[in-house]
Amino acid sequence: MIREAGESADRGSDADPAFSALLEDSAEDLYENAPCGFVSTLLDGTIAKINATLLGWLGCTREELVGRRRFSDLLTVGGRLYHETHFAPLLRMQGDLGGIAVEMKTADGARLPVLVTSKVKTSPDGEAQLIRTTVFDARDRRAYEQELLRARNEAERERDRVDRLAKTLQRTLLPPTLPDVPGMQVAAYYHPASEDQVGGDFYDLFPLTGDTWGVFLGDVSGKGAGAAVVTSLARYTLRAAAVHDPDPVTALQTLNAVLHQEFHGPEPRFCTVLHGHVRPHDGTGATVTLAGGGHPPALLIRADGTTSFLEARGGQLVGALPVARFAAVTAVLQPGDTVLLYTDGLTEARTLGRRRYSEEQLRADLTGLAPTTASAVIHAVTKLLAGFGDGVEDDTALLAMSVPLQP
Amino acid sequence: MSMRTRNNVVVTGREDGPVLLLAHGFGCDQNLWRLVVPALAEQYRVVLFDHTGAGRSDLSAWTPERYGTLDGYADDILALCRELDLTDVVLVGHSVSAMIAVLAANHEPDRFAKLVLLTPSPCYIDDDGYRGGFSREDIDELLEALESNYLGWSATMAPVIMGNPDRPELGEELTNSFCRTDPAIARVFARATFLSDNRADLAKVSVPTLILQCSNDAIAPPEVGQFTHEQISGSALVTLDATGHCPQLSAPEATTAAITEFVDSP
Repeated sequence: MIREAGESADRGSDADPAFSALLEDSAEDLYENAPCGFVSTLLDGTIAKINATLLGWLGCTREELVGRRRFSDLLTVGGRLYHETHFAPLLRMQGDLGGIAVEMKTADGARLPVLVTSKVKTSPDGEAQLIRTTVFDARDRRAYEQELLRARNEAERERDRVDRLAKTLQRTLLPPTLPDVPGMQVAAYYHPASEDQVGGDFYDLFPLTGDTWGVFLGDVSGKGAGAAVVTSLARYTLRAAAVHDPDPVTALQTLNAVLHQEFHGPEPRFCTVLHGHVRPHDGTGATVTLAGGGHPPALLIRADGTTSFLEARGGQLVGALPVARFAAVTAVLQPGDTVLLYTDGLTEARTLGRRRYSEEQLRADLTGLAPTTASAVIHAVTKLLAGFGDGVEDDTALLAMSVPLQP
Repeated sequence: MSMRTRNNVVVTGREDGPVLLLAHGFGCDQNLWRLVVPALAEQYRVVLFDHTGAGRSDLSAWTPERYGTLDGYADDILALCRELDLTDVVLVGHSVSAMIAVLAANHEPDRFAKLVLLTPSPCYIDDDGYRGGFSREDIDELLEALESNYLGWSATMAPVIMGNPDRPELGEELTNSFCRTDPAIARVFARATFLSDNRADLAKVSVPTLILQCSNDAIAPPEVGQFTHEQISGSALVTLDATGHCPQLSAPEATTAAITEFVDSP
């Protein structure tokens, strides 16, 4: 309990020196030497009253400040800008404002980080009269906050870097644009499940000999940097193998051997893939051969509206076993026919009813499009994916090829 | 989304009065006009809005690319005028919005009847033969001050700013209920505000213009107002006996009187 000066102090034990000191604590002394700064200003900021504590912190005399300086003059220039654009208008509107961090400038040019709380004193009829402000030394707190800020900024920079790296890496794993295949229309789409992670899906379409084009689309187990290594290896192995031997089953066996050899340790990596080739017949159709290794079958949409899956039965996961079995299937596309290769990011997406989408549902949804084109199919499936929203939990790659109705 | 919703547009005042479009500056939102709106609304059709990224605007519409320069904000004002079909608009721009108003008026001069530039500065940073009042280092210091004051900002505050009715309890946690801004947005707006140089745009102003400044403003000192006045031919300059950067708060009557006199003059 603190008694104001002049108050009677005849209660309590006068013999206790600590208690006596307390009794002698005056309001004036409490104001001047409080453990925080006090400053009162006119509404325009002119300093009217300031306590000894704050004067001591600033290294200024009362005469230098009272009636001569405004509160914002005590701040650094940046602090003053903040004061004028945020602090002062808010104080006018709200009548009080707390916990604002600014830096004060001391007489010897040093900066004093402080926390400022202000309240407008009003007359009984509500007229604003003056602004009372308390100032707390915030050096330690600010140092800690600076540390937090620094750590946060560093984390943000690091995340940006990782984002950029992931996007760059992702781009190198997909062809920037599909080549023109004479007599056919081709289109592709890639939907990464997460912005900051390299996905595990891949595809490519590339010229082989003369009139034949190599094509593959696959899905590597896992995500991130580990998956990217496998994706990269799978891509280059398939391209090289396709040039070396035109048989897609042989190419998958080569890939199987490479993956199994490389990743047979404690962290096995494998993939599912459709790999094959397409040979256009001068605009009158095309022959597509696809070998499958554990991958969902390509969907064939005929011009007349019939649909079927190109099942290469018996194909096993690529890279999981030392020796794996693969099978191929061949189909002839007529004008108006389209074949769609996709990854299970599409067929296992959760629909708005939260049920898994499915191969059968995909088939039903695309049947009505016939006769269609590669770009129309990609467009339709992209719209479907957008409709699923966050139900698309995995990366999704799509590649479609069609023979136009009118060459 | 319509501009009306996106920018929290509020239309008040006399239905048949001249249109007064009030654009708030950096650091706050349309609340800053609260002391002058009642008097202005008696005579004019007053249109208020929050800049994208400020106040109760739709924060999801904000992108650092579009709002990294003042042009994005000027485009918003023009889009707003088109959507509300406002013509013969008196555009009142405070602080940085004074320059945003200049850009908008230079782009579509026919849309505007008059401009009121309230405590304007075409360039805050000193240059050869020009005194804006600040150095590049000062602006960096402001950015620091912004950072240190947003430690208290958290994502949970965003629904409050967005006016989320589902969580009214959050409203009570706010100490400063006005003018809270996402720190990332404030940083970009601060840069666009204090690092822009619009001196060359002043001479292109063809709309009758009033420059309204305070006698004692730490952000836009009188010589900057004088410079703006000299660069815009035919402009009027009125200096209010007021302190601070926001005369609409510190001297609302005088501010209203000066605006009214200018708008009503032939």
